[in-house]
Amino acid sequence: MTGTALVRCSGVSLAMGGHRVLDRVDLLVEPGRIVTVVGPNGAGKSTLLKVALGLLTPDSGSVERSSAVVGYVPQKLTVERLLPLSVRRFLAMAVMGRVEIGRLEQALARVGAGHVLRRQVADLSGGELQRVLLARALLRQPGLLVLDEPVGGVDMTGQAELYDLIAALARQDGVGVLMVSHDLHVVMAATDEVVCLNRHVCCAGHPETVSVHPEYLALFGPRVAGSLAIYTHAHDHGHLADGSVLPLAGAEPHVHGPGCRHG
Amino acid sequence: MFTDRDAAMDEFLLRALLAGLGLAVVAGPLGCFVAWRRMAYFGDALSHTALLGIVAGLLLGAAPLIGVAAVCIAAALILAGLQRDKALASDSILGIISHGSLALGLVLLSFLEQVRVDLMGWLFGDILAVTYQDAALIWAGAAVVLTLLALHWRTLLAMVVDEDLARVEGYPVERGRVVLMLLVALTVAAAMKVVGVMLVTAMLVIPAAAARRVSRTPEQMALAAAAAGALAVVSGLGLSWRYDTPSGPSIVVMAVALFIVSRTQRG
Repeated sequence: MTGTALVRCSGVSLAMGGHRVLDRVDLLVEPGRIVTVVGPNGAGKSTLLKVALGLLTPDSGSVERSSAVVGYVPQKLTVERLLPLSVRRFLAMAVMGRVEIGRLEQALARVGAGHVLRRQVADLSGGELQRVLLARALLRQPGLLVLDEPVGGVDMTGQAELYDLIAALARQDGVGVLMVSHDLHVVMAATDEVVCLNRHVCCAGHPETVSVHPEYLALFGPRVAGSLAIYTHAHDHGHLADGSVLPLAGAEPHVHGPGCRHG
Repeated sequence: MFTDRDAAMDEFLLRALLAGLGLAVVAGPLGCFVAWRRMAYFGDALSHTALLGIVAGLLLGAAPLIGVAAVCIAAALILAGLQRDKALASDSILGIISHGSLALGLVLLSFLEQVRVDLMGWLFGDILAVTYQDAALIWAGAAVVLTLLALHWRTLLAMVVDEDLARVEGYPVERGRVVLMLLVALTVAAAMKVVGVMLVTAMLVIPAAAARRVSRTPEQMALAAAAAGALAVVSGLGLSWRYDTPSGPSIVVMAVALFIVSRTQRG
């Protein structure tokens, strides 16, 4: 994969309210690649995305961002009920200048929400709003998509469709994707790199190399195999309740570094 | 003879209507943002701080409205700075500033015994005492506020939806925040004469809330809120005139009545 990095975080640390939320995190997103951040609640996943977007400034470490157009789907977006806002208007806000309605309809159709154009944003269901947010990000014709749990509240079939769409964007249009997901099994096939985050990067690597037999792939195709694969990694360290590293008895104290693969 | 009295009354009402309508056209659209961004308490804090501005204006011999505007703007900038620090941006800090400045203003006013101050007028508005100069100041302020609001409309709307999203999409969010606080400060200053320190936020929030049910777009809601505010001013002044009720509270009562009527409409 050539091309300059869309986002490169090096040794990023950030404390919030006296607690260290990110600890020397490295992250690289390149065009056409999908990087998925997984990890338990409170692991700093959303914070890492905000650092990558430039919404938060890390205490130490560096963040380089290219000038690519960014499409962002935040984890939770609540549109104030007192605000009368149609989906059409909400979508148009993402683009500077005028947009023809055809483009809006097209974007909605791509995310399987073609029917909501005239609805009020505040009346959408959780899954519908999530699809609309993704459509809004796509309308910007982004070079980088940053998605914080993009399919939250979406039904199971819809989830697979949306992940397929995200994968197609990366493969065909060369969009770099950085996303947070809890649905480890579903995203696996469409992910080039998994970053397991628990304030620090526990491990990072290609999901395909982890636990998939070549014959299995040949039989079922990469998608099904991928969705059934379980991403395992051997820990050489434990975790305390707050996510900090607890060296295991008898093991070398763990040092995180560039070659950190943990398994 | 009635003619002299009638002429004087006509003048009274004309000035009151001028000032009240000037406030309504700006409080409506801006009040929508106050409602959307849940800034009502912020407006309260500013209006209570404005009492300090009245004192400052009297001490310096300037027109009280100018003192009010200056202090409101200063308070808005300080609050904007404070709110950047998330740990301080709580309701309790706003409450401390709000009631602290109200109390301090009242205490300082008591030292100004040689100046006769119509305290009730400042607390609850005395629109029938506005001068043409006041009305002109209100309209000038309204023109400035509406112009700035129009220029920043897209940014402010994007911020209402989501500040992070607005930032990623390249809207100047930091500038938008400061502009919005300044606009609320100016509007609070303008509303001071009309409805008084205690009821300023009512003119921001109630017409906007009354406009919600009849609007399908943000712009419709802004216009409807301005219209609702204007209707409240006209009918409130009518009520005050007919039954000799206090003008500021009468306007607010009519605004609340409009809000209740709007709730009976199908959404």
